[in-house]
Amino acid sequence: MESGIFHTTYRADMALRQTPAEKVRVVLAVLLVLCFPFFADRFYLTLANQIGIAVIGAIGLNLLVGYTGQISLGQGGFMAVGAYTAGLLTAQLGVPWYGSIPLACLATAVVGGFFGIPSLRLKGLYLVIATLAAQEIILWIVTHWDAVTGGVDALVVPDPTLFGIQMNTDFRFYWVIWGLAGLTILVTVNLFRTHIGRAWIAIRDQDIAAEVMGIGLFRYKLLAFATSSFFVGLAGALIAHYRNIVTWERFTVDVSVTYLAMIIIGGLGSVAGAIFGAVFITLLPVFLNDAGQALRGVIPNIDTILPFAEQAAFGIVIILFLVLEPRGLRRIWDRIKDYFRLWPFSY
Amino acid sequence: MRRGFTHQLNSSALDPGQRQLRIEGLGLHFGELVALDDVSLEIRQGEIMAIIGPNGAGKTSLLNCISGLYRPQKGRILFTNRGEHDTTRLSPDRIARLGIARSFQNIELFRHMSVLDNLLSGCSIHMKAGLLSCMLYWGKAEREQLAFRRFVEDIVDLLEIAAVRKQTVESLAYGLQKRVELGRALAMKPALLLLDEPMAGMNSEEKEDMARFILDVNEEHGITIVLIEHDMGVIMDISDRIAVLNFGSKIAEGSPDEIRADQAVIHAYLGDE
Ligand SMILES: Nc1ncnc2c1ncn2[C@@H]1O[C@H](COP(=O)(O)OP(=O)(O)O)[C@@H](O)[C@H]1O
Ligand SMILES: [Mg+2]
Repeated sequence: MESGIFHTTYRADMALRQTPAEKVRVVLAVLLVLCFPFFADRFYLTLANQIGIAVIGAIGLNLLVGYTGQISLGQGGFMAVGAYTAGLLTAQLGVPWYGSIPLACLATAVVGGFFGIPSLRLKGLYLVIATLAAQEIILWIVTHWDAVTGGVDALVVPDPTLFGIQMNTDFRFYWVIWGLAGLTILVTVNLFRTHIGRAWIAIRDQDIAAEVMGIGLFRYKLLAFATSSFFVGLAGALIAHYRNIVTWERFTVDVSVTYLAMIIIGGLGSVAGAIFGAVFITLLPVFLNDAGQALRGVIPNIDTILPFAEQAAFGIVIILFLVLEPRGLRRIWDRIKDYFRLWPFSY
Repeated sequence: MRRGFTHQLNSSALDPGQRQLRIEGLGLHFGELVALDDVSLEIRQGEIMAIIGPNGAGKTSLLNCISGLYRPQKGRILFTNRGEHDTTRLSPDRIARLGIARSFQNIELFRHMSVLDNLLSGCSIHMKAGLLSCMLYWGKAEREQLAFRRFVEDIVDLLEIAAVRKQTVESLAYGLQKRVELGRALAMKPALLLLDEPMAGMNSEEKEDMARFILDVNEEHGITIVLIEHDMGVIMDISDRIAVLNFGSKIAEGSPDEIRADQAVIHAYLGDE
């Protein structure tokens, strides 16, 4: 039983994981990720890969929205920048896929930073509209710049290979995706142990006080947009090489909204929350579909209403979540942990 | 008293009594409303300067001009810390980097952070590690974080907030929040500290504690303090000099004894009786 946390050195006090229970949980999570592909079939591997990409994208968005307080509807557009940059570099210029990924991340960071410029003047709903404009501008360019992006036609990306091995099987690409997801988690968590992450939270909580503490708002907001977009671009680049095909329909404003739902349901301003949200939102349609199939024999004509019922159920589940636990899955998880921390002596 | 910069919490390089801040003919208006009218003031290294005056006199506006939140339409503000700087048109973060820290009349802490993180945020200007080092939490970033973690513990001790240092500031009592806000300003190692009603809304015991902290900061660390406060007892006790504002104008300036005897001040405070 842990009664309280007490440290004898500042190093231990500032360590990432403080208690034995926390360390055990991290080790278990890593083991799960490492062992999963050896037991899962193709269906679940595909899902796991989708979740991994969503985890990266959601962490990137949460950095901007949850931690820095800059609400963005540009997620889909920024993912498109990552996906098209990676896809085009490989398909047109012959850059190897593993080289195109970091370049795509950097390109997305630059584009994200650029569209972050209005954030110095605009807050709240006005910023939402500005980022929505960014989303539409990017998608317009993608669909109309035929000579480069191929316009509305799909961009076909060559299969990724490594030392002559085809990488785009679900099993092999799993390691690429989850390796990079692990890095994303680590890097983000580290950032929030330093002055950069603290400056972002300070801007969210009290921007005037932050400025008076010497935190340059413009600089740190742009840095937040760029860093966030870096990871969002990574998610996009992974989609390009995993799917071998890039189409604009994958990056519409629907995607932006879905990612916002992930971080709101998971927990704003929390890396763990972004992960929970990504898992939940990716799996929810699958469960709803299973439930629908199970009802087949029970309700007549279900085939015609099923697609609509699923969408409605998706919305209802999200609303229920927001009403019952506005602070998200992360909060529920904290409560479970608290319960077991004192268990069986809880009173 | 020794030179400021020989003290841990103080970044001023001036000798006590040297001119640190010069405000020349400051004028600020919001539309028709005149908030500051031709205010001039000098503040010297190492003193506690109190600014008093009725509500709406322009005290907070004056601090906001000094810290760059308001742009005065007239006049200049000159701040000396390793050279003289005209700060009149500088942005708040540039002014903070020159060594001016402040607290707010209504507490403006980073609500969701712990006390320690609030204090560490105050150290931001002294942290130089780059993005990559921070992402890896390696090398400079780690060294810096550990060094400042140690440093803020001194502030925790000074302000006697050890018991609550891991708590979220949101959950603290009002008096403690005020203390944390003072601590966050001190974490900047300021040369000049502006305090906007640090004791407002406190009971007499809390006020006494806060007065003691302010005196500690001033006497042990030699930090110059500009203090807005309504409690005349406290003001007379701890300040070296007092400036009085009324309807945006400075109507008096002097030692506590001089102010006590000043006819214009008595008039402004008591009205025509
Ligand atoms: N941002 C602002 N916009 C408009 N009027 C303001 C603003 N800030 C202060 N004022 C006005 O300036 C005058 C001085 O206010 P303030 O400096 O807050 O007084 P004090 O701190 O002495 O009580 C008041 O009449 C106030 O209403
Ligand atoms: Mg005021």
